[in-house]
Amino acid sequence: MRKTPNYSLIFGCALTALMVSVIVIGYFWTPFDPDTMSTSSKSMPPNSVHLLGTDNFGRDILSRIMEGAGTTLLIAFLAVSIGALVGTLIGGLTGYFGGHADEIIMRINDAVTAFPSILLALVVITITGNGKTNIIIVLGILFIPSFARVIRGEFVKQRNMDYVKNAKLMGVSNMRIIFVHILPNIATVLLSSIAIGFNNAVLAEASMSYLGVGVKPTESASLGRMLLDSQAYLFSAPWQALSAGFSISILILGFALISEGLGYRPTWRPAAKRRRKADA
Amino acid sequence: MRISKRIPALLLALLMLTVALSGCSGDKSNEEADKTPTPEQTEQEAIPSGEPLMGGDLIVGIAQDLDDTFDPHQMVSAGTREVLFNVFEGLVKPDTKGNLVPAVASDYEIAETGDSFIFTLREGVKFHNGETVTADDVVYSISRIAGLDDGKPLMDGMDAIASVEARDEKTITVTLSEPNIELLALLTAGIIPEGCDPSVETVGTGPFMYKSRSPQENVIIEKFDGYWGEEAFVDSVTYKIISNGEALIMSLQGGAIDLAAHLTSAQANELSDDFTVLEGTMNLVQALYLNNEVEPFDNVEVRRAISYALDRGMIMDFLAEGRGTEVGSSMYPAFGKYFVPELSDHYSYDPEKAMQLLADAGYPDGFEFDCTVPSNYQPHIDTAEILAEQLRAIGITMEIQLVDWETWLTETYLSRNYETTVVGVDASTMTARAMLERFTSDSGSNFINFNDEEYDEIFKKAISSIDDEEQVSYYKELLSILTDRAANLYIQDLCDLVAMREGISGYEFYPIYVMDMSKVYFTE
Repeated sequence: MRKTPNYSLIFGCALTALMVSVIVIGYFWTPFDPDTMSTSSKSMPPNSVHLLGTDNFGRDILSRIMEGAGTTLLIAFLAVSIGALVGTLIGGLTGYFGGHADEIIMRINDAVTAFPSILLALVVITITGNGKTNIIIVLGILFIPSFARVIRGEFVKQRNMDYVKNAKLMGVSNMRIIFVHILPNIATVLLSSIAIGFNNAVLAEASMSYLGVGVKPTESASLGRMLLDSQAYLFSAPWQALSAGFSISILILGFALISEGLGYRPTWRPAAKRRRKADA
Repeated sequence: MRISKRIPALLLALLMLTVALSGCSGDKSNEEADKTPTPEQTEQEAIPSGEPLMGGDLIVGIAQDLDDTFDPHQMVSAGTREVLFNVFEGLVKPDTKGNLVPAVASDYEIAETGDSFIFTLREGVKFHNGETVTADDVVYSISRIAGLDDGKPLMDGMDAIASVEARDEKTITVTLSEPNIELLALLTAGIIPEGCDPSVETVGTGPFMYKSRSPQENVIIEKFDGYWGEEAFVDSVTYKIISNGEALIMSLQGGAIDLAAHLTSAQANELSDDFTVLEGTMNLVQALYLNNEVEPFDNVEVRRAISYALDRGMIMDFLAEGRGTEVGSSMYPAFGKYFVPELSDHYSYDPEKAMQLLADAGYPDGFEFDCTVPSNYQPHIDTAEILAEQLRAIGITMEIQLVDWETWLTETYLSRNYETTVVGVDASTMTARAMLERFTSDSGSNFINFNDEEYDEIFKKAISSIDDEEQVSYYKELLSILTDRAANLYIQDLCDLVAMREGISGYEFYPIYVMDMSKVYFTE
């Protein structure tokens, strides 16, 4: 069986690398100050000076995208980190040990997942007030259940496998089995759900900022916020909405392809392996 | 295999989308360049055309829901006054030029001593419930506003009324505790039937009568056939509450509403050529209102310092291509008599000086504060963003907190639980007093907590003055005090753009914040 190149992963990584490099450059240097307003360059269509044009306050859109994508990605990164860390911990422990605690925690999990996450985020933000830190915390907490569920499922599958039983017989501690033996074996699943989580986080930040409950107007540029601001000028200055919208699309497409690329391995590789085993 | 086929297709689709969309953006921008209304064009469009037709149901978009009760004597927000102007009328009412013309009264006389008014009731004025207005109704209404029974006047300035009595069926005498030449303007307050509780039933004498309301959705008023004056053209007016600026424009474009006022020039630019855009002024004072009791705004030096960081021209350029009028104190230009244009130059834009003064006041590194802005008023949000940028230049961080209108009204305006806010403040009646009384230290509507002894003193002198010239000079002095103490960061009287779809005409601007629907008509 010839191995086909993993196109999803390659393109996904390329797109993500593109966005990340734009963001990293943007962190150190932007063509213009992303916040400086100028009456003379108000709502200019893309041109040689302002490559993506300017917004209604005369701010350079490219610079704002560079800064805004960074804000969005940072929020996504931190939110997913919280979700993945806590989710893996909960999922791992409950999945491995099972029992009543597992039942109770998973039912709580179900209860949280029963609400649409954006709606829940909106409610919490209304109470806590908006702003970057709050969004990160809220999104992070909202991501925990989905991670916990996926990881738990894997642990339930793995805990009855021979290698785990062997390790137990050899007297390896539970913690070591969970984190050193099982976790690396479910890394692909974890990685692809992190990639999907990134997607959801980018979208969630964008939609929350778009709904006006996310990043505050003066805090820093963010892709969702830019999309919100631009919709008032959808007909007269469409380049504003397009730039922000495209950046969100590319970010998400990159992660989506990566997660698909990661998911691609387990479906093909084990099959190939099994055959090899059969041959032997 | 499955995936490898999908990727190129996806990329192709993305490429095509990019091409299609960028092509689209090019076309649009060209169109837009032609479309941007220049002042001349707007002027031309302002000329009403077409014969007025009777009838039709007009749908008007408004940005916020009205106050909880339609009590004409206790309206809080300008948005409520703007609508109820069509339902209630006083003994006199303002016309489009700001003069007071007789309404429920057909005639009035002011005693030579200036301390009493004699009103003659107009023949055949009817309430919306069909009953004829009697002198008793007028006495009841005025007693209610002036709080003659319980000592609690419902409107600022009404405490000047000492007594009101019906001399005969058609004549009413209003006696003042001391001469007051401004009081007539306050008698624009609505006349309601005797014994009526306006928080329960809405009955007035205006050209339209209240039909129904659905909270957060709409308010419907119907033409009143028994109106004494020129009857309205349209059969009914539905005010649709659309708090989102973009949704408002989309509704106009899509034909869901016929008319919307208080648009920004960016919003008006989004509309196609089929719309008539009229330009007037909003008749309010837009400012960064500062809670004078909160640190650091309790320090007059800080307030003065940040005043130098304000570039009004820039705000007006961004908001309305330079349209609007700069104001330097709590008075807008429609009040020709009191408006002092020079006050807007008191703090000329000078960021260097602002930083210097800020350092002198003890804030060399600036400070941080919150600015609460009602999220349903796009002009105020845009202004706040520009202000934040201007203040950033002198090292001050202003965080914008967007809140919905109801929250703003209760938390910011009534509870005074805020640091700063960007809004427009209007006058309930055509008097300087209506603008300036709120800054006296004991006024219930002094939401900025302004406290200045000199101001209070001069205000007392101003309201008791019976010489017009003297009174005007007192009021001007009050305006100078507000400017000098930098009570607020005064910005502008916004340019008011009213958009109407094709086939509607007759809209007229008033020098106060109202929309007179009786003059609007369909032409097709």
